[in-house]
Amino acid sequence: MQSQLIERAKALLADGTVDRVLGWKAGEFAYDMTPALFSSAQELDEGFAYDAFCGANLSKYLVKESRKGGRVLAFLKPCDTYSMNQLLKEHRILRENVYLIGVPCQGKTDVETLRALGITSITAARQEGEDLVVETLYGQRRIPLAEAMAERCKACKGKKHMIYDERIGEEGELENPDRFGQVAALEAMSSEERFAFWRGELSRCIRCNACRNVCPACTCEQCVFDNPASGVDNKAAATSFEENMFHIIRAFHVAGRCTDCGECSRVCPQRIPLHLLNRKFIKDINTFYGEYQAGEEAEGRTPLTAYTEGDVEPSVVYTKGGND
Amino acid sequence: MQVNEGFKPTIVAFCCNWCSYAGADLAGTNRLQYPADVKIIRVPCSCRVNPLFILRAFQRGADGVILCGCHPGDCHYTTGNYYARRRMTLLFSMLDYLGIERERTRVEWVSAAEGVKFAATMNDFVSTVTALGENKRLEDLRCKAN
Ligand code: SF4
Ligand code: SF4
Repeated sequence: MQSQLIERAKALLADGTVDRVLGWKAGEFAYDMTPALFSSAQELDEGFAYDAFCGANLSKYLVKESRKGGRVLAFLKPCDTYSMNQLLKEHRILRENVYLIGVPCQGKTDVETLRALGITSITAARQEGEDLVVETLYGQRRIPLAEAMAERCKACKGKKHMIYDERIGEEGELENPDRFGQVAALEAMSSEERFAFWRGELSRCIRCNACRNVCPACTCEQCVFDNPASGVDNKAAATSFEENMFHIIRAFHVAGRCTDCGECSRVCPQRIPLHLLNRKFIKDINTFYGEYQAGEEAEGRTPLTAYTEGDVEPSVVYTKGGND
Repeated sequence: MQVNEGFKPTIVAFCCNWCSYAGADLAGTNRLQYPADVKIIRVPCSCRVNPLFILRAFQRGADGVILCGCHPGDCHYTTGNYYARRRMTLLFSMLDYLGIERERTRVEWVSAAEGVKFAATMNDFVSTVTALGENKRLEDLRCKAN
């Protein structure tokens, strides 16, 4: 697969379709695959990689790259194409300056997921059929891909690309995973239990802002979290209130636009399950305003920039009986 | 309803300029009673209220926050309250999900002619929040130091 991508990128560079390539290359270790730009066949040969660790969603980089002149080639996995569409919908990417190649994906792993399975000192990993074969300093480990996959890939929306100029590999199928089971389980708890659960999670936040920085839905040039007058600017939370506030506002600002790509949970150094916040909004939007998948299309209104006269009243929340 | 002896909640009421603030005015000129613990903040439209305003009110010591605007269909700016309705529904649901008591938030549509409804709404909301007691789960201790 990797060599196929490199060959195609070289051809497009050679015929002048694009003048640079956005892909992935290994960082310090084999498992920290990092987004990278390549501008020559030689650079591609030396650095370009596509493997089970290439989870990073490249679409957000195109916000800036598409404005630098010339034309850039980007490789997008199926889930990344939702982010791409959403960015196009918000007029954040200059479409004519990007060339998109849809690449197949069988699910990605990451070092934390492997660590949790007791696999450390990783030097390389490759997919072989339904298995992930991991080379470590202590020898080889073979695990079923289904187990090794990152959380978000277990809830994959499907292997179908929403947008591309060309595609490598067969067209994939949409899937219908259970994305809301964990949210429903939390909803079923009592208010006290939920409060305790979220205190346990959110109090670990170190406000590194990685979740915001990586999010393809967070592309405002001036973010509320950088505004000193907002009281929520870039600093470690001083109280539990600030922890809650950051997370409520972060999730709210992407409500209706979050494609559930899972990047925020992937990059969080504290392993905070941010997807449980985003998916709560997605679940509510589906229930209250009808099924909606952000990024399915590059046009149209998002749920929070639309309304119907018969929308439910907010009282649906505070008058519901039950678990207090 | 159970009453918390001696506890007087702080209530912040965001009222839109065109309907609900006028409704509050009417309640006043008609000498209708509602608790003085309700602090009214006038906003140009219910959709001016950013989720941060609601959170900030809790931070600064509110025990309950209510948003009042024109009835759907009657917005001075035609559609503002429709957007506010969606935002508040989702925000309140998220607060509930985080384990913050859901009765601390409310939205009520009050027209300029509904002084009676305004007073009744506030009386009801104040007694609900009084029964809940002090806001502990979304408080900022630094703002309560004095
Ligand atoms: S990435 Fe994690 S630790 Fe960093 S700000 Fe986001 S939630 Fe907090
Ligand atoms: S909030 Fe998280 S899951 Fe949603 S679009 Fe942003 S990074 Fe992706």
